[in-house]
Amino acid sequence: MVPQFILDAIAFISQPWPWWVAGPMIAVIMFLLLKLGKEFGISANFRIMCAAEGAGDYADFFKFDWQSQGWNLLVALGAVFGGYMTSHYFAGAEGNIAHVSAATVESLQQLGLNYQEGQVPLIPEFYSWEALFTLPGFMVIVVGGFLVGFGARYAGGCTSGHAISGMSALQLGSLYAVLGFFAGGLFMTYVIFPLIF
Amino acid sequence: MMRSSKYILIGILFGMTLFKAEAVSWFRIYEMFHFQSFHMYGIIFSSIAMGILIIQWIKRTHMKSTEGLEIVIPDKDKHAPRYIIGGTIFGLGWALAGVCPGPMFIVLGSGYTVLVIFLLSAITGTFVYGLLRKYLPH
Repeated sequence: MVPQFILDAIAFISQPWPWWVAGPMIAVIMFLLLKLGKEFGISANFRIMCAAEGAGDYADFFKFDWQSQGWNLLVALGAVFGGYMTSHYFAGAEGNIAHVSAATVESLQQLGLNYQEGQVPLIPEFYSWEALFTLPGFMVIVVGGFLVGFGARYAGGCTSGHAISGMSALQLGSLYAVLGFFAGGLFMTYVIFPLIF
Repeated sequence: MMRSSKYILIGILFGMTLFKAEAVSWFRIYEMFHFQSFHMYGIIFSSIAMGILIIQWIKRTHMKSTEGLEIVIPDKDKHAPRYIIGGTIFGLGWALAGVCPGPMFIVLGSGYTVLVIFLLSAITGTFVYGLLRKYLPH
């Protein structure tokens, strides 16, 4: 018999988290890593994985002491566990859905995607093995992944490294990178999306 | 063992936070780039605001890490082109995929195994960048 207070705690955590909980929590995660003498930046893991697989033979960019960066792979592994635990044990009564605005649902419908308010899934259908061989699935997963991996390393960081760590440290370079993130994101959203979906 | 488990626990907290705040959702990123909700902006802005306070606290108290060394936050290099060009390419991918590198691992863990292909594509992108690096403007 699970004590009531534990069930209450699970129900409490399982509610959708508001932005003012999630934002400061991400900053706390950055702090914990700094306190351990590390820098918060998830996309560095792609470079570590390249180096670990011997990419140093092909480019000097991958010749570095990647073993000393193993902690970052553990953070990524923890994120995988976190995703599993949350989706299975803290999904909440409504299940894993995205509480997007009515305006968003309407614009998704205009794009030809069939969603109803209050029923938008957290993860779209085109994240599936079956959809991988359709145009949206291939674009989102293969092309999207490539651009994220290429761009993050070109810019020297992703959302965690620049938008959170860099902006918090008032780095001008990170501001440029974030402006770039939005320039690219808006171009994709308004110009390329209507061509794909 | 204790050394490793700390980082895994931090990763779990990170995964839980982004999952419950719906920041791992393709639809939330779509909504953000359409300026149809404050939600994602609230996450980013409140995180930076809290982050600025934390970094100032670290700097002003000359805080030491658990390894006993003063925490240094290295300055990023000042050349703008790499940030603007690289950032724009990343932004194209972010809006298209609707997940950035952190959420990618979290969504993978929640059972969408096809994200393995996304991870391999991202590693390929990083590898190609490494090959082309000396020819690209920074």
